[in-house]
Amino acid sequence: MTNKSGQAPVVPGLPKKKFKLMNWVWAIILIGGLFVSTQETNTSLPVLFQNFSNFTEIFVEMAKPDWSYSGTVIPLVLQTIKMAILGTFFGSLAAFFYSLLIARNVVKNKVVTGVFRFIMNIIRTIPDLLLGAIFVAIVGTGTFAGVLALSVFTFGVVVKLFYEAIETIDNGPIEALTAVGANKWQIITDAVLPQVMTYFISYTLYAFEINVRASTVLGYIGAGGIGLYLQQTLDVFQYERTGTIIIIIVIVVVLIDYISSKAREALMK
Amino acid sequence: MANANTPMIECKNVSKVYPDGTVGLKDINLTINKGEFVVVVGLSGAGKSTLLRSINRLQDVSGGEILIDGKSITAAKGKELRLIRRDIGMIFQSFNLVKRSSVLRNVLVGRVAYYPTWKTTFNLFSKEDKQKAYEALQQVGLAEKVYNRADELSGGQQQRVAIARVLEQNPKIILADEPTASLDPETSKRIMNDLKMLNEKYGMTVIANLHSVELAKEFGQRVIGIRAGQVVYDGKMSETPESVFTNIYNGGNGKEAADD
Repeated sequence: MTNKSGQAPVVPGLPKKKFKLMNWVWAIILIGGLFVSTQETNTSLPVLFQNFSNFTEIFVEMAKPDWSYSGTVIPLVLQTIKMAILGTFFGSLAAFFYSLLIARNVVKNKVVTGVFRFIMNIIRTIPDLLLGAIFVAIVGTGTFAGVLALSVFTFGVVVKLFYEAIETIDNGPIEALTAVGANKWQIITDAVLPQVMTYFISYTLYAFEINVRASTVLGYIGAGGIGLYLQQTLDVFQYERTGTIIIIIVIVVVLIDYISSKAREALMK
Repeated sequence: MANANTPMIECKNVSKVYPDGTVGLKDINLTINKGEFVVVVGLSGAGKSTLLRSINRLQDVSGGEILIDGKSITAAKGKELRLIRRDIGMIFQSFNLVKRSSVLRNVLVGRVAYYPTWKTTFNLFSKEDKQKAYEALQQVGLAEKVYNRADELSGGQQQRVAIARVLEQNPKIILADEPTASLDPETSKRIMNDLKMLNEKYGMTVIANLHSVELAKEFGQRVIGIRAGQVVYDGKMSETPESVFTNIYNGGNGKEAADD
């Protein structure tokens, strides 16, 4: 580009970035906060290193797994997976219908969506182990408590992801279906669901991955599955048995994660 | 056209004011007879879409009454409203197909209001309706795409699927809201010809909002000009002088028609 007189135009130098005091203030507050938190929680790396020998000791014990124990472990792992499957199924099923109820492009009444969203948020705040403890208190120890806990937990995971997916769909097909005289449920099945079903399946698989992991520790609080044996073997220092359990759990979790994420990839194409 | 003087759509003192105070329609009085091909012209924001969307009540009006084949759609509720809508097809600027569904499924959707809810839930469309859907696709030249996913089609093809959907619905009225606005001139003509076919072959009453004066002149039998929510012109296309378009598009003070 040239200016009117034919000379090369004067290119102004890149202006200096403005100094922003507030950024520095925030950085100092954050770093200060980190120090205060370490003090308050007695976090101390030296303690971890001083006792590192304990860890290596346990690790060495665990590294010699007692394979004869796997005959006991495998049925229990299968039971744990069954818990995860049932929990995922019931939780997702409830989440499916609940999501339709709180998606603002499906239910236009803001009072309805507001109330049901509030309930959903309360349910979502309860962590899975607490849910397990609550259901053990209600229905007693055993796998049923675990299934219930996983159902509610799955519901919390899937409902949030799914209703947000519903709210991002293209509104056009909804209009088209309204225009041909479809009723509300027909609009849902013919305009909404075809756009979000793959998301729903994907979120359900994702919840299943989380559930397989979560279900292995639920036994700790008596909610069924392998967790109980994890706790017992640790308590009596049978580390070689603990090692067997952990190795089998790791193999199963990795396998399920792999299959599930491949399935989700294929779905999203 | 047969039954030339049976009113199909009657708008009586129809007005629409949006919640923010914008006036969409102002005291519209119109009678559109069975079998007419009407084009509605006007600037963007003049109220063309509002008028069309009021006729099948995708939008509620604030005042006045609209009668469809003698029945008031503005007073209808629930099932009654859905039954009136069943007789009104609509073509949208953005096609409004379910992109992840097959072309066939998108065409069948035109028929859902004839089915009980549980049947549509499980996708139980009758053999006749599936056959009809296939024939509709043949009519618009997309028979070989019947099992493709809708998002694999070009814009022009998607709009033809939407036309097949209307054929499947077999309504008395077709509302076409800027059906060609997102298409190239050649495809636009093809779409307009399809609408003309629906009008002539099946006797459907067509109301089309158009941006293009050229297309309006070629296909419209009757022109309705809208400016600022009011009908400023209504007459036969053959008797409409050029100055009318100039007025509509330039607010009455321009010299040449804004022809896009």
